[in-house]
Amino acid sequence: MRFTKDHEWVVLNGDVATIGITAHAAEQLGDVVFVETPEAGKQVKAGDAFAVVESVKAASDVYAPISGEVVEGNSILGDAPETVNADPENGGWFAKIKVADPAQYEALMDRDAYEAFLATQ
Amino acid sequence: MADQATDTLKTTPLTEAHIALGARMVPFAGYTMPVQYPMGVMQEHLWTREHAGLFDVSHMGQARLRGVSPLSAFEEVVPGDFIGLKPGKQKYSVLLNHKGGIIDDLMAGRPDDDGLFVVVNGACKDNDFKVIDDELAGQVTIERLEDRALMAIQGPEAAAVVQTHVPAAADMVFMDIRSMPGFGTDLIISRSGYTGEDGYEISVPASEAVRVWNLLLEDERVRPIGLGARDSLRLEAGLPLYGHDLDETVSPVEAGLTFAINKNRREQRDFPGAARIVKELGEGAPRAKVCLRVLEGAPAREGAEVADEAGNVIGVVTSGGHSPCLKAGIALAFVPPAFKAVGTKLKVIVRGKPQSAEVVASPFVPHRYVRKA
Repeated sequence: MRFTKDHEWVVLNGDVATIGITAHAAEQLGDVVFVETPEAGKQVKAGDAFAVVESVKAASDVYAPISGEVVEGNSILGDAPETVNADPENGGWFAKIKVADPAQYEALMDRDAYEAFLATQ
Repeated sequence: MADQATDTLKTTPLTEAHIALGARMVPFAGYTMPVQYPMGVMQEHLWTREHAGLFDVSHMGQARLRGVSPLSAFEEVVPGDFIGLKPGKQKYSVLLNHKGGIIDDLMAGRPDDDGLFVVVNGACKDNDFKVIDDELAGQVTIERLEDRALMAIQGPEAAAVVQTHVPAAADMVFMDIRSMPGFGTDLIISRSGYTGEDGYEISVPASEAVRVWNLLLEDERVRPIGLGARDSLRLEAGLPLYGHDLDETVSPVEAGLTFAINKNRREQRDFPGAARIVKELGEGAPRAKVCLRVLEGAPAREGAEVADEAGNVIGVVTSGGHSPCLKAGIALAFVPPAFKAVGTKLKVIVRGKPQSAEVVASPFVPHRYVRKA
């Protein structure tokens, strides 16, 4: 699993990346009440806002950590947005992207680097 | 969130108690205030609707207005009947500018014979008291009660909790206010609040605040509640928030606060902005505050555009969010009067997408005020 400074996580299986927000981000957001995931077929570039997560307090953009084509948004989150709080780094995934350039994945932080980054926040 | 440095923020007598409870503190109205405790906004909200929530609202401005005739003097800045305010009662009102816009909304009452006791919003208090002082110079003196804390306890079990400690509070009904001894100190206590629930707002000397706060929290029916749930609770109750739903351009008629403009005052037309306000009462205002229920998609928040069914933008959301009780997006919005009828189908535009919404009756969640002892 890799991480971004915007508190997204990525797992790469073959050329498909599964993306979500980290447990830290979910805890900071508080109770998630709405999630908008991208449609399959959408082309995204690393750094694009490609999903939205809303807690009771506010709406936040979720940025694509990696470029590629969306193959699936997590439809469970439409009816059960609280899954993001309950299981942020597994069942609460946002989208799967067919990755254009796997090198982008390798450039992201590993868990130790992300933990170290959080400690500086 | 404001960019104000933490070290310039004011504290309340309860700030350390919030930190000890694990609160997440944020800048609000110039103070560092708890936005939520570890339980989280959603659970705090639901707890208050089912049990009793305890709120620190010490950032709000408490004052005594004294003078030869403080009640009649006060009528020069508000549209309510204060000459007719009976001892032991308080009243909701709005401080008006000369264009009939709302400078702030407030509670003013007669807990005892010592003038008029006024509570205003924290973010507005310095300006409010300056306006009152300027407008009523020579008629009233203002003593700001900076040495008192204010807490609110709200919810269906709040009255029973308070009455355990202050049995005399059981005689009070909604909008009663009294000075009385309680919790081993002197209280100014009212049966009112900002959640739509039954409950009390309790002013205590600052030096007693932590002790009273902890005493109330010892009761297992009581949990501390932050500003996040305070906002979602007042929104469900259909109550406006100053700086969002109300501002200096909004008249009390537009805001749906005509109950605060008493009949004798309408006839006398002797309050600031009376020309506009009386005209709007007769002919209708150019815009109306409505309650919207969002029927699909994301919650519509402050600033979201409101459109008619054909997609023409007709209004704007002034505050909105997710309702934990209704499990739906709810919002307060301004629309032209032609669109204000309950049942009117509208659209809210969230991130460019029109979503179905409907005008519904206020409040979103029924009030549970106690009107008979």
